[in-house]
Amino acid sequence: MNKPSPSEECRRPWAIASRSMLCLAFGVFALVQGVRGQDASIIAKGEYLARAGDCIACHSNPGDKPFAGGRAMETPFGTLYSPNISPDAATGLGAWSADEFYTMMHTGRTRSGALLYPAMPYASYTKVTRADSDAIFAYLKSVPPVHLQNREQDLRFPYNNRNLLLGWRTLYFHEGEYQPDSSKSSEWNRGAYLVEGLGHCSMCHTAINALGGSSKSEAFQGGLIPMQQWYAPSLTSNREAGLGDWSIKDISDLLQAGVSARGAVYGPMAEVVYNSLQYLSDADIHAMAIYLKALPSTGDTTPPNEVQTQDKLRLFPLGKKIYAAQCAMCHGTNGEGKGWDFPPLAANQSIQMASSVNPIRMVLNGGYPPGTLRNPRPYGMPPFAQQLSDEEVAAVVTYIRTAWNNHGAAITAQDVNALRSAPLN
Amino acid sequence: MKKVDCHHSDFLGTFRNVAVFMALILLSAVTGQLHAQTQNSVTASDSTATRVMACTACHGERGQGSGDDYFPRLAGKPTGYLYNQLVAFRDGQRKYPPMNYLLAYLPDSYLREMADYFAAQLTPFPALPKPNVAPQVLALGKRLVLQGDDTRHIPACIACHGASLTGVSPDIPGLLGLHSKYISAQLGASRYGTRIANKSNCMQPLTARLSEADITAVSAYLSSLPAPANPAPAPAGSLKLALTCEGSETK
Repeated sequence: MNKPSPSEECRRPWAIASRSMLCLAFGVFALVQGVRGQDASIIAKGEYLARAGDCIACHSNPGDKPFAGGRAMETPFGTLYSPNISPDAATGLGAWSADEFYTMMHTGRTRSGALLYPAMPYASYTKVTRADSDAIFAYLKSVPPVHLQNREQDLRFPYNNRNLLLGWRTLYFHEGEYQPDSSKSSEWNRGAYLVEGLGHCSMCHTAINALGGSSKSEAFQGGLIPMQQWYAPSLTSNREAGLGDWSIKDISDLLQAGVSARGAVYGPMAEVVYNSLQYLSDADIHAMAIYLKALPSTGDTTPPNEVQTQDKLRLFPLGKKIYAAQCAMCHGTNGEGKGWDFPPLAANQSIQMASSVNPIRMVLNGGYPPGTLRNPRPYGMPPFAQQLSDEEVAAVVTYIRTAWNNHGAAITAQDVNALRSAPLN
Repeated sequence: MKKVDCHHSDFLGTFRNVAVFMALILLSAVTGQLHAQTQNSVTASDSTATRVMACTACHGERGQGSGDDYFPRLAGKPTGYLYNQLVAFRDGQRKYPPMNYLLAYLPDSYLREMADYFAAQLTPFPALPKPNVAPQVLALGKRLVLQGDDTRHIPACIACHGASLTGVSPDIPGLLGLHSKYISAQLGASRYGTRIANKSNCMQPLTARLSEADITAVSAYLSSLPAPANPAPAPAGSLKLALTCEGSETK
């Protein structure tokens, strides 16, 4: 008989108890880990979505702590300062709930019920789902808190009265989450959700009128970005940045790498690619490309008028000479470019648009496309403001807009002069 | 009959399929070629020199500087110094809109590559215009550069920038080959706290003690000096510095 000794008898319940305690401990541990794992995956998802929404661009100053806000944004109505959205309890989102965050994203009202200025793209963010809003909130709560008091907005009368926004909202704000279009593919719908929602592309690519609003009927038809003096091209017209005849690969390259065989991003779009689009997954970029390519094509530009034709005859020969001396080395004798590295100018839509703002600014200011994960060492365009006169810039821009079957119109030295003082940051 | 027909049509069908297949291959080869022609696959030279052409339009083909007073020489300056300036321009701490704009969306690793590239260019110094100042102004400049002014707690430039004024690796810039207007603008900007490369600014407490006359004199004297025999900066740690600048121009 191997009867357990009394001492063993006594010990066994302890052993059983301690074993079950151990089991329980493991169980709890696993459960905690599970919750933590879930948290971590929600936070990671939120980080990704916060990038898709480009929150950091407005809510941080370059080189400073992220999400601390305080970035000045010049608007036609005065200067706005972005708020602190780090999780600091006193000055940031620390005391907010996920409900309050969703209400802000969805309705454009702060916790206190005050109306937000539409510099915050809630007309787009209203389309974001509750789950995605919660993930972004979880991520923002996980970043290091920064104690930095929000700055007072500095808007002129009467724009400093937030109640006026009620009128603006009636005209331009349509509350509601994105509703999938069942007649379209899931990929198209994903693209639409990102472009119309978090991507808030229409903030720049739809003309902004005197009231600072964008009309839905003119969605993605392009417009001059107030204060920045860059022209956000139409995404619908094939004469501008309409993508109807672009391959999905070229659209994807442009969005994700910042460069493509058809052209590169520059100006404010370089910022969007740098802070946001380069981090999106291949699948999401592909979905956005599908959606953008399928946007209905609109608008034809009018043929050049008599004055423009005369200007062209006058400026073209000088422009051709300058092009050969300064530009052909990189962009090619016939404007053919060099792959991703130096964009082609022949058949490049962005230099032929009715608005000549962008090509003039590229010649004056030059620029680097953004350094991205897929193109970390971009080639750059030198500025020529210090080297060419207004007349010379007008000549070379007229040349590239009209040579090689390009169908742009001539420009004038006055057009160039007006942009010499355009803000550079 | 039907059977033959069937075989016949099978044969024809197969033949047709093969023909269509061949035609497709041919077509895709041709369109592929056309595609390759329209989609230019030529790429630029992979060198850093080609990548920094946006810089060299103003700073000279190898960063040697240009005739313009305000486009400084970059060639041969210590790489840490150049990198810190590039980062400061990108993030807007050092303010000069054309530079802030050009660098705004470039990653650290690429700025490091640019800094290394220009630091490695030991190109000849350009001839600078002779400063148009009185001899006593040059004499004051010489004294401040070589001896400083103990009574006002101003160390000599050579005490940190090296006996030959070509700087010290990795972070202290050389002061030769620069136009007097450029040097004077930098000293002025430093004095008013607008030329900052990092949070604390090493030069600022010094330049705050300089008068307008001192700045004119130092700038004129430095720009009057001949090209150094050896343009390379002094090696790191080779000089006991007159003051330590913790956390300033160094990262």
